[in-house]
Amino acid sequence: MSNTKFTGDPLVSVRNLRISFRLDRHTTFEAVKGISFDIPRDSTVALVGESGSGKSVTSLAMLGLLPPENSIIDPASEVLYGGRNLLALPIGELRKLRGADISMIFQEPMTSLNPVFTVGWQLEEVLRLHMGMSGRAARKRAVDLLREVGIPEPERRIDSFPSQLSGGQQQRVMIAMAIACEPKLLIADEPTTALDVTIQKQILELIADLQKRHQMSVLFITHDLAVVGEIADYVVVMRNGEIREQGPAKAVFESPQDTYTKALLMCRPQLDRRPLRLPVIDDFIHGAGPKNLEDRKRGIKPNDAIVLDVRNLGKSFYSREGIFGKREFKAVKDVSFQLPKGKTLGLVGESGSGKTTVGLTLMRLHEATTGEAIFEGRDLLSMSPAEFMQYKRRIQIIFQNPYASLNPRFTVGQIIVEPMQIHGIGNSAQERTDMAFELLNKVGLAEVSFYKYPHEFSGGQRQRIAIARCLTMKPDILICDESVSALDVSVQAQVLNLLQDLQDEFGLSYIFISHDLAVVKYISDQVMVMNDGEIVEIANSDEIYRHPKMPYTQRLLASIPKGWHGQHSRAND
Amino acid sequence: MATDIATLRDGTGALVRDNRHAVSPGLWVLAWRRLTSDTVGMVALAIVAAFILMMILSGAGLLAGDWNREVGVNYAPPSFVDVEAPATATQQTITTTETAPAGTEYKSTIVDPIGDVIEKLKGGKAESPPAAVQPGAAEEKSVDPLADVMADIRAGKGVGAAVKPEERKATLPLGGDKWGRDVLKKTIKGSETSIFVGLASAAVATFLGTLFGALAGYYGKWIDDFFNWFYSVFSSIPYLLLILAVAAVLQQKGMLTIILILGLTGWTGVFRLIRAEYLKHKSREYVQAADAIGASNGRRMFIHIFPNISHVVLVQLSILVVAFIKSEVILSFLGFGVPVDVVSWGSMLNEAQNELILGKWWQLVAATVAMATLVTAFSLFTDALRDALDPKLKGRLGA
Repeated sequence: MSNTKFTGDPLVSVRNLRISFRLDRHTTFEAVKGISFDIPRDSTVALVGESGSGKSVTSLAMLGLLPPENSIIDPASEVLYGGRNLLALPIGELRKLRGADISMIFQEPMTSLNPVFTVGWQLEEVLRLHMGMSGRAARKRAVDLLREVGIPEPERRIDSFPSQLSGGQQQRVMIAMAIACEPKLLIADEPTTALDVTIQKQILELIADLQKRHQMSVLFITHDLAVVGEIADYVVVMRNGEIREQGPAKAVFESPQDTYTKALLMCRPQLDRRPLRLPVIDDFIHGAGPKNLEDRKRGIKPNDAIVLDVRNLGKSFYSREGIFGKREFKAVKDVSFQLPKGKTLGLVGESGSGKTTVGLTLMRLHEATTGEAIFEGRDLLSMSPAEFMQYKRRIQIIFQNPYASLNPRFTVGQIIVEPMQIHGIGNSAQERTDMAFELLNKVGLAEVSFYKYPHEFSGGQRQRIAIARCLTMKPDILICDESVSALDVSVQAQVLNLLQDLQDEFGLSYIFISHDLAVVKYISDQVMVMNDGEIVEIANSDEIYRHPKMPYTQRLLASIPKGWHGQHSRAND
Repeated sequence: MATDIATLRDGTGALVRDNRHAVSPGLWVLAWRRLTSDTVGMVALAIVAAFILMMILSGAGLLAGDWNREVGVNYAPPSFVDVEAPATATQQTITTTETAPAGTEYKSTIVDPIGDVIEKLKGGKAESPPAAVQPGAAEEKSVDPLADVMADIRAGKGVGAAVKPEERKATLPLGGDKWGRDVLKKTIKGSETSIFVGLASAAVATFLGTLFGALAGYYGKWIDDFFNWFYSVFSSIPYLLLILAVAAVLQQKGMLTIILILGLTGWTGVFRLIRAEYLKHKSREYVQAADAIGASNGRRMFIHIFPNISHVVLVQLSILVVAFIKSEVILSFLGFGVPVDVVSWGSMLNEAQNELILGKWWQLVAATVAMATLVTAFSLFTDALRDALDPKLKGRLGA
């Protein structure tokens, strides 16, 4: 990694960029509030911020991709590139620049590629349009590009359809398309967020490598400071449409000046520390600073009471093959574990490892193929649905996406009262309403929330509503299926603190499913690593992170973005 | 329409009771606000509402209850058509038995295949005393399927409705029909049949389509296969043939029959859409969450999922209303519709066939304009409704 060169004029400079959105006829919302920053030549600039910070809007505006019908760019704004203001360019000129001089990769490779054309066709189209290449030359160049981005057997893969490639390979194809015309600037909008941690590492390395080899500049947009630390030369921190801090990565990471930047760096669970409570943004902005920084002891002891005993759990899915045949796909194979009371079992693995299937099978949202789950001496998986009904409230689940798991047509009150009605908790409507108010207080929401609809809440608040819904049934076991993965770092810390408080208060046992190894390390007493439906390793969490025994675990842990310190040590090599 | 208001209440009703001021506007309220800001939609809604009000008043007997009275001269022209028309009409009134000059001309030039039938009917209708003998004789000769109806008309309404020739008006606001009945009142009375049939059969079809679609989409597997098979069979038979088949099975004419015919044949489109919606929604996390808290299948289907797809149902309902108003008209026009003693826009158009040859265009125009206005307004309203309920707008509100 080279240090930022401040000499010479920057490749792109953004001046007083101010963007508003028209919400309806009378109201507008200012998403970006007059920001200015430079993108120097041959360097990586990271634009960091949480959702709603305006980072993606900024990047879309640079390429003129904002929807013209409801976005207003202030006329005084400028995005200077090669002496021209991109915001004032006619659309035809801009289109020539897009893809050729400035190109972009998006978050979701699965939706960014057209599923009905081969990847080769899509790559060649870019080459034909912008470079004016003929069919054969374009194909040859496409194969070279695929080789460059590390697709194995590019001659064969060029004719595959996007669905035949894995997520990581699709993102590689997207990158190949983006660099096809040797752009001067590559804008990468959360390019690794949808990918597994091991794939993320590879993609980050690829982008860093390409940046150096082609001497282009990269504008890397992300919410993840750990990723930024790995690849950025220069960091711009945004919040609510404003720039809070900008400077060379070393300065921002080692001596952050802004309270928000400091908070962001602290909120994220660290691999080497485990405070009693995670610091939240408010601690920095309103309070004196983080409190309760002493470490929490984690781990299970042999004499802990076992609340759930899972033995040889298996789950197969069948897909039809031919007329009568069916093919078995084993999503979960022979999984056994014990969950102690009041403790947290972290379940980690990459996508497709079967970790979510374990959770859903235990809830009986999927029918288990084999195995048993002993709870209070009874096997939950083999009892009849009627019998299971009274156990159902004892095991609850919090889903990943708080935007999808709450019924949009119910008020928060209805959402929370619904399970009480189903299970006959509380004797009257009044009693249930009172309990709902109490629970809203407990999860830190105002009482007036009772009358509101889910769409009026932010992601973190919605996840609190989902937690309140589970608490109505006073469960013994709470399965958190990627429950904090969709949340911003600061909100993530708040929800993790809430979960910890509830565990301390009610002695809940958690099965915490996540792909985020740092979060699992923070919250879990015991960690179970899964791969291809099998348990790879299960051990106390400190133990597994310090001394991983299995090669897969070692590989997984090595892929975790180490943030600034990781890069720092590597740069000194 | 009716459903719209009902659902508005469903969505917020319980909460309004609890605390009126703290309640946030529900999605229905927001949709209603969007709808009210759409000028075209509101104008269309006003027109539709006016038609429905007219239908209700007419149904309650407050409006056009005496549509059967022969208040004008035969083929009385509309009031706004002047000069020569009143002259011939007056002549007609005075000399009922003699043919008017215009009539003679027409008789001599064109050979009318059903001329004598019309003549006979005319005689029977216009001159009540001699007609009283005629039908009796006719009945002995052949079986008259309309005998009862004719007797009814003659005994009750027909005779009562007859107005002395001297009192008949020469012109009527929108003209008169063959028997001098007021076309305006006929149109109003006809709206009762047409709109009611449209609304009721759309309700039946939407109900069936939603129920089948919900079952098929939610349960999947063999239930889905069964309903899909059923759907394929239904949609493979030509539409009119199916209607004729149902009409033949039901064996009688009347409003209920038309409602059943249209309702039983029209559910397929709704089924397809609702099934797709349920397929999509059943794997959504909020439904899984409902499963996790122990909600039964029925509860998940109709309490959790249904409010989320009810906008689709509503839009389908209004699309079907438009289609079924037209279908009723077509059926009545073809003679499979309402019986002869009931007036609908379709039967008016059917009568207008013969009248048009005589140059009496007003009944055709009245029925067509009324239908076109309602159908256009309803379609525009449906468009506005669909925009207002567009789920894409939800995201913008939520963000």
